[in-house]
Amino acid sequence: MPDPTPLLYAPIVLPALAALAYAVFGWRTWTAWAGVATTGAQLTAAVALAPRLLDGTARATAGGLLRADALTGYLLLVISAVAVIATWASVGHIRLERAAGRTDAADARRYGVLVHAFLAAMGAAALADNLGLMWVALEATTVITAFLVGHRRDRRGLEAAWKYVVLCSAGIAMAFLGTVCMYAAALHAGGHGTTALNWTFLLGHAHTLDPGVVRLAAGLAVLGFGTKAGLAPVHAWLPDAHSQAPAPVSALMSGVLLSVAFTAILRYKIITDQVLGPAYLRALLIAAALASLAVAALLLIAQRDIKRMLAYSSIEHMGLAALAAAIGGRLAAAALLLHILGHGLAKSVAFTGAGQILQTTGTSRIADIRGLIARRPALAGTFGFAIAALAGLPPFPLFASELGIARSGASAGLGWALAAALAALLVIFAALARHTFTMLLGVAPPRHSPDVVAPVGTRASGAVAPLVLALTAAAVLGTVLGPLHPLLNAAATIVGAH
Amino acid sequence: MTPAYTQVLYAACGVLLLSAVGVLWRRDLSALVRLLAVQGSALALVAAVQAAHTGSIELAVVAVIVAVLKAVVLPRILRRVLAREDQPREVRPLVNVAASLLAAGGLTLAAYAAARPLIRLDPTPASRAAPAALAVVLVAFFTLATRRRALSQIVAVLMVDNGIAAVAFLTAAGVPLIVELGVTADVLLAVLVLHILAGRLHASTGGTDLDDLRELRD
Repeated sequence: MPDPTPLLYAPIVLPALAALAYAVFGWRTWTAWAGVATTGAQLTAAVALAPRLLDGTARATAGGLLRADALTGYLLLVISAVAVIATWASVGHIRLERAAGRTDAADARRYGVLVHAFLAAMGAAALADNLGLMWVALEATTVITAFLVGHRRDRRGLEAAWKYVVLCSAGIAMAFLGTVCMYAAALHAGGHGTTALNWTFLLGHAHTLDPGVVRLAAGLAVLGFGTKAGLAPVHAWLPDAHSQAPAPVSALMSGVLLSVAFTAILRYKIITDQVLGPAYLRALLIAAALASLAVAALLLIAQRDIKRMLAYSSIEHMGLAALAAAIGGRLAAAALLLHILGHGLAKSVAFTGAGQILQTTGTSRIADIRGLIARRPALAGTFGFAIAALAGLPPFPLFASELGIARSGASAGLGWALAAALAALLVIFAALARHTFTMLLGVAPPRHSPDVVAPVGTRASGAVAPLVLALTAAAVLGTVLGPLHPLLNAAATIVGAH
Repeated sequence: MTPAYTQVLYAACGVLLLSAVGVLWRRDLSALVRLLAVQGSALALVAAVQAAHTGSIELAVVAVIVAVLKAVVLPRILRRVLAREDQPREVRPLVNVAASLLAAGGLTLAAYAAARPLIRLDPTPASRAAPAALAVVLVAFFTLATRRRALSQIVAVLMVDNGIAAVAFLTAAGVPLIVELGVTADVLLAVLVLHILAGRLHASTGGTDLDDLRELRD
């Protein structure tokens, strides 16, 4: 088998080069498309890497600092697929923002630099074998995206950015304390230096790790990375940050960053289950899952803002992911991974769609966005389908994954947790359907003041194209997994191992 | 050798904890920055003592980095935030000073309970001081939750980080150098970001009271 080393560098080096290019050349039409081309190349690299990760062994490079197993490969696919959608949608997004005078050349340049630096940090977090470096990369995503969240510089943007940096930094600090505890346990089990924090080392020496210290470490890791993954009760920053960031950035933050942070929890869980058995983290994760679902359901009922609605839906889906992780086993693991992919695709379409709706109508208030079908039929249609996908309707992947979670949960004897989750899901379904019908149907209100509405003629032509493509991909993957099947299987074997 | 090592280590840990509690006691924002510098120096001392004790050159390098960054550079950045303040006092913390100090006492006790597995793992004189470092983390979290000025929150975030670094120095003689460097870079960048955000906050509201930021809610 050929050496996959260069492919392991691609998820970090390609976006880093793109960020550099934006820093030098600024945001122009050609650099905008070059950004899309880079994420396309990232996706190609992830697809090329995938078949080499199926044999159950990990590929490592850079002196063991970067490592890819099937779980990494799967995550890289999700990251790059959502990245293609987000960067493609950014082309039209920035063009309209510039035309409306809300963004100047310097802002657009910074946008290009930060978005691709953000992608590089996520790639590093997915690839880091060392739990310490994985933490460093995840905290870097917070720092990098802070100015994207606060890009509007008004009080709301400022409030969201402040909360985001302070709460995420402090929250994820708990995970670093957990990392330190894990390191102490690893040293005691005979580890040396940097390799002692390597996931592969820890997994190989799980039986010699001190259970008391691992218990402390795992609890702190769930709390810390759970903050970054938007799990209740440590989710307070999420609706603000995801609603204030530019729509394509919200798509990345919601569609993949949450999942990357959640994968960090999975990595800890795989080690912890070996040391303590599954009961300990199962209890913690079920509590977080049900709290997240309850928070999402309660705050979606009377939600007034389209982007906050999508943000709470992300909390819901992270709650479902936590439920799947709590159930454990191969079927639940496969459902969890499919869920992450389905959510990434659907949520990025929904967020970029919401951004275009905002640019069309000039408002993010659900009650003011009426009659969208009459005004922008293509956009309204894609947004409606994206919400249907998020609500778990077939043929989208979240239908299959939620079914998988329910089946595995029932056979694991967690019927009570499933019943509670189902009740929340029904409320969420009704809330999403009602809000979406309000926006899509109804009589279009009279035109708003011309300064907030994107002037006719500057509508980004073809802006819906990436969204339609992503929805089609999601629908196909929800029906037949096709070539993705072996990778999903191999990744589920890693996550679901007992 | 050993008694002197233990004494210096314990004294430094005492200063770490006292400076964290001092932040709850003092309302004057400039005192907070001074306390942070003191705590940074104490942390550097912990690292240096551990480096001397274990003979680790890597840890000695880390001690120097910590001393420069946490005792000099970060307090200097915060003094620039402070220079913009018209009213450099924490006027209305969510929990008053007396109750805060009481809470700090309770959190310290909790830290002793939580740190037991770490001491049991490897009962050395250094790991026996880990509860003090853990108490710094908890007290700093309490500060973060109850203080409403931008600068107080930045100081609290940095003290959380100091406490965790101290836990690492005491229980594992510090995390690997490459991880330490990465964490240091993240912390420095996060503080610079918060410094800029606090500047924008000051420009838009004329103050850095976070209670002015109450627009985003459901």
